[in-house]
Amino acid sequence: MSASGLTIAVPRGALMGGTLDLLDGLGIDTAGVRSNDRKLLFQDAGIVTMRPSDVPTYVEHGAADIGITGKDVLLEEPGRDVYELLDLGFGRCEMVVAAQSGADPLGEALRRLGRLRIATKYTHIATEHFARTGRQVELVHVKGSVELAPLTGLVDGIVDLTATGKTLAENGLEVVEEIVTCTARLIANPVAHKLKAAEIDAIVERLRANAQ
Amino acid sequence: MIHPIPAGTRDVLPDEMRELRAIDERLRGTFEVAGYGEIWTPMVEYEEVLRAGDDNAADAAYRMFDDHGQVLALRSDMTIPIARVVATRFAVADEPLRLCYSAHAYRTVGRKTGQQAEFMQTGVELIGVPGEDGEAEVVTLTLSALENAGLARHRIGVGDGSLYRKLLAALDVPDDAHRELLDCLSRRDLVGLERRVDALGLARDARDLLVGLPERRGGPEVLDRPDGPAAEALARLRGLYEALEARGVGDRVILDLGLVRDLGYYTGAVFELYDPAVGFALGGGGRYDDLIGRFGEARPACGIALDVQRVHIAQAAEEEQR
Repeated sequence: MSASGLTIAVPRGALMGGTLDLLDGLGIDTAGVRSNDRKLLFQDAGIVTMRPSDVPTYVEHGAADIGITGKDVLLEEPGRDVYELLDLGFGRCEMVVAAQSGADPLGEALRRLGRLRIATKYTHIATEHFARTGRQVELVHVKGSVELAPLTGLVDGIVDLTATGKTLAENGLEVVEEIVTCTARLIANPVAHKLKAAEIDAIVERLRANAQ
Repeated sequence: MIHPIPAGTRDVLPDEMRELRAIDERLRGTFEVAGYGEIWTPMVEYEEVLRAGDDNAADAAYRMFDDHGQVLALRSDMTIPIARVVATRFAVADEPLRLCYSAHAYRTVGRKTGQQAEFMQTGVELIGVPGEDGEAEVVTLTLSALENAGLARHRIGVGDGSLYRKLLAALDVPDDAHRELLDCLSRRDLVGLERRVDALGLARDARDLLVGLPERRGGPEVLDRPDGPAAEALARLRGLYEALEARGVGDRVILDLGLVRDLGYYTGAVFELYDPAVGFALGGGGRYDDLIGRFGEARPACGIALDVQRVHIAQAAEEEQR
């Protein structure tokens, strides 16, 4: 059993640094995680590392008691049965609709062809956004660099996450609509939330105090 | 050649089946000895019967037409069919009724979540015993059934399904905000809940109560604060806790002021069963005093259902521990 008494799912990638800093602040030893890039399970620290989009899966099934992931991941899979306990504030980025700069390819496609073609990894968020704003859309699910899709004529625009807008600009794209701001969130397994209430509340309280 | 079976269903082979049957027999055996008679109802019901019990037809997953074009649904739980049976077949009985069942039910589940659309439920319904007496009886009985099935570390969450709704009304939260806040609570989105409550611009006390109450869970100390509009519900929970303590199961109880159950028919106490070896609840239930009245003469009732496969996972983990 780890010092915190909990198994914590830590996201690899952009949120990892902020997450490990946060765990340091809680007195959880993250040196082992920082020094080993390939290992995934750190039993002594009670840490498991994974892609951010896998965090809700591990937490929902109870393979991890709590976890940190982006709001974008939670919005994309709203059916996951997990508690969303805290907005951790870091990892801030924007879910946006982007299209090629200059002309108005989205408006033009909607006016003449009656629908937008949009490439995205976030099909659920995109579907909801266009349904809410009353526009017909044809979604193209891509897995790699979404920015390429409008440049090749595959689609009229994209829905994607952007922190600085740099990648978009470098590919001649600009933000045309902001959908939602996403930050890192602390989530918990519903059963662990009851059976390990004291351990989880201790972490939530300290994170709240640190944030203020 | 691949011959698939529908998503969320499974085949059970002899080794597993033997163990499932053994667990089911222990659970049902405990219920039978306590005077709960087993009942069987059709696997298909008219969809409108399920809808009379719950607006979402209790999440029924499979629908079909009969030869007259009527919409049928595979039952999504046993409580609504039993409410129908009690209101029609036992219309003249006024003694308490004790019924148990062991049956498959069918519910919508997300794809690829590893959850079952077809699941085996074993449970009890106690009709005609109002208040904490009825609740304490089914809770105690369920806990001992799980113990007989080989579990040792199981706990039960006890809350009040109507608590938050009453709080919203008592604190003069505008009606149009109720649904959103209750949605956040049932989605377990406490960040969204806090944000929406903050946006209402309520007085500090009211705000803190609406945000803080769902996080309060644990022993009897969670009932200690004198929370004006929640006081009546908390007093009722205290009564139930004391009744459970008197029956010797107090240490298995987690009082949980944030506990909500998705089904719309619960009117008061709600329950959820947990085991540390399983990431999902083993089962749940609650008091549904209005449900039978939707099919006939109203009678107070409460019950709990257990998911036998999940109990099996917990029992297997318990065996490994020894």
